[in-house]
Amino acid sequence: MGRKLLLEKAHVEGIRTYEVYRREGGYRSVEKALKSMTPEQVVEEVKKSGLRGRGGAGFPAGMKWSFIAKPEGVPRHLVCNADESEPGTFKDRYLMEFIPHLLIEGLIVSSFALGSNATYVYIRGEYAWIAGILEKAIDEAKHNGFLGKNILGSGFDCEIYIHRGAGAYICGEETALIESLEGKRGNPRIKPPFPAIKGAWGRPTVVNNVETLCAVVPIINDGGEEYARIGVGKSTGTKLLSACGNINKPGIYEIDMTISVEEFIYSDEYCGGIADGKRLKACIPGGSSVPILPANLLLKTAKGETRYMNYESLADGGFATGSMMGSGGFIVLDEDQCVVRHTMTLARFYHHESCGQCSPCREGTGWMEKILKNIEYGKGKPSDIDLLWDIQRKIEGNTICPLGDAAAWPVAAAIRHFRDEFEWHITNPVAAQQRNFGLAHYADPLEVAATA
Amino acid sequence: MSTQFSEEKLNKIKEIVTHYPEGEQKSALLPVLHLAQQEFGGWLDVPVMDYVASLLSLEPIEVYEVATFYSMYNMKPVGKFMFEVCQTGPCMLRGSDDIIAYIEQKLSIKAGETTNDGMFTLKPVECLGACGYAPMMQLGNYYREHLTKEKVDQIIDECRTSVAINN
Repeated sequence: MGRKLLLEKAHVEGIRTYEVYRREGGYRSVEKALKSMTPEQVVEEVKKSGLRGRGGAGFPAGMKWSFIAKPEGVPRHLVCNADESEPGTFKDRYLMEFIPHLLIEGLIVSSFALGSNATYVYIRGEYAWIAGILEKAIDEAKHNGFLGKNILGSGFDCEIYIHRGAGAYICGEETALIESLEGKRGNPRIKPPFPAIKGAWGRPTVVNNVETLCAVVPIINDGGEEYARIGVGKSTGTKLLSACGNINKPGIYEIDMTISVEEFIYSDEYCGGIADGKRLKACIPGGSSVPILPANLLLKTAKGETRYMNYESLADGGFATGSMMGSGGFIVLDEDQCVVRHTMTLARFYHHESCGQCSPCREGTGWMEKILKNIEYGKGKPSDIDLLWDIQRKIEGNTICPLGDAAAWPVAAAIRHFRDEFEWHITNPVAAQQRNFGLAHYADPLEVAATA
Repeated sequence: MSTQFSEEKLNKIKEIVTHYPEGEQKSALLPVLHLAQQEFGGWLDVPVMDYVASLLSLEPIEVYEVATFYSMYNMKPVGKFMFEVCQTGPCMLRGSDDIIAYIEQKLSIKAGETTNDGMFTLKPVECLGACGYAPMMQLGNYYREHLTKEKVDQIIDECRTSVAINN
């Protein structure tokens, strides 16, 4: 049983209310930080913890905080990125829906560290009822003196506001999120300037993911060094994973990043194995943007070593034979699933969500969707696979924001590892309408698949 | 329908504007558009957007360009109940295609269409962040998850009953 830092109290009856949350030890980190620490010391603890941004990029949170500019007389802002929209990812929703005060507590401590007197939670518009849950938690915290003016007599003022988005994956990108917070279309900005220098309303701004901000609570309570002792290497602390697809127990799991991928999928403590007694075909381990891996490369690295559920091990082999931890959105495909169809839905998703600002992404995502639809519906041509490869190469790296890369990678990885499934669709258009390619050799011992 | 918020809603908007720095009332545009859509028939007609522009001292184009960018704002009338069924990868793996086909058959409409009586709109949408509870749909402000054909039947009955009661 791994150690739980975020979900430890998630199942305590009534934990959504201030009363129960406080009785269970809630808001201790606010008392500790505001009464006995300086903002710099809070930043220092987060640096020591090795906490990496939990939204997907994995950038060290303490370092991000230390970049914030502090020009005289200019307000600074902390913005919480709760625009969770990466297919396969639904962990932030769980935190906000069931333990809302954990996020509010993390936000207060982090606002103190950054000097933010007005802090925003940008929540995806569809999570309408969760916005209500958070607003209630804010009212309760305020009523009990943890928000508002002169919190706990420290002289620190802080208000938290909920800002609902309106349906746009791109607003999870931090500069698009800032544009959207300003009441504009979610078009990402060119960096530099980075938000830490010029963010919301031209002011220094830090944007952090929900889970990242929640993790600040145990870091301040127990100390950064203690947090860094959990996990392995640069994958410190615990990570929430949202598991979905063809598994017996879809849901949210907190792991300490020392367990193997195999254990995560098959252990009853986690996913509980593949649904309906089927075999594992493929998996996207970190949200739809990261490379899909066939079963054999998922469970073992190309070197034949056990693959673990952490940043380094999941990325072992680079994009040739590895993937990424990403947002922790763990999507499992069983032997009866069609990789072509799955990839087509992702291409459609990225086409729909492209903001349209950069031509390679705006046009390329549409072309990829169209070609994948043709292949899926029996109208593919042999040249289509190379054409897809060519398009994704021309999107990657040629756009203002990473949505272009995020759209290119799933297509590239699907072709890299499942090229024969695409070819089968093209050469057997009639059969492909009636049945799927199946498991084929994708779970066979490594040697063959490792030569990507 | 007259395009005018109630006194209560106008006060709510004033309060929302205070969340943002002075002079940055444009930041309240997304929340105010949500309110407007809710208040004025479930979609954003041009007079509604113009009204929102006047409330926030914006040029109408600043409202149009935002309203058309975000998928939650409807640019044409929709049914009283909108079934927004997620169709992205993780939901597809759990049978969302069958759910969409079932709703099409049951309501005799195609994806994107509204029933003749103006009751139901079926709108396949992209990932709603409920992948572990798939297949699922958004209905109003809430999610309906772990959908089956039986559950879809139930939901349709629920909607019809709620209208019958309110009439």
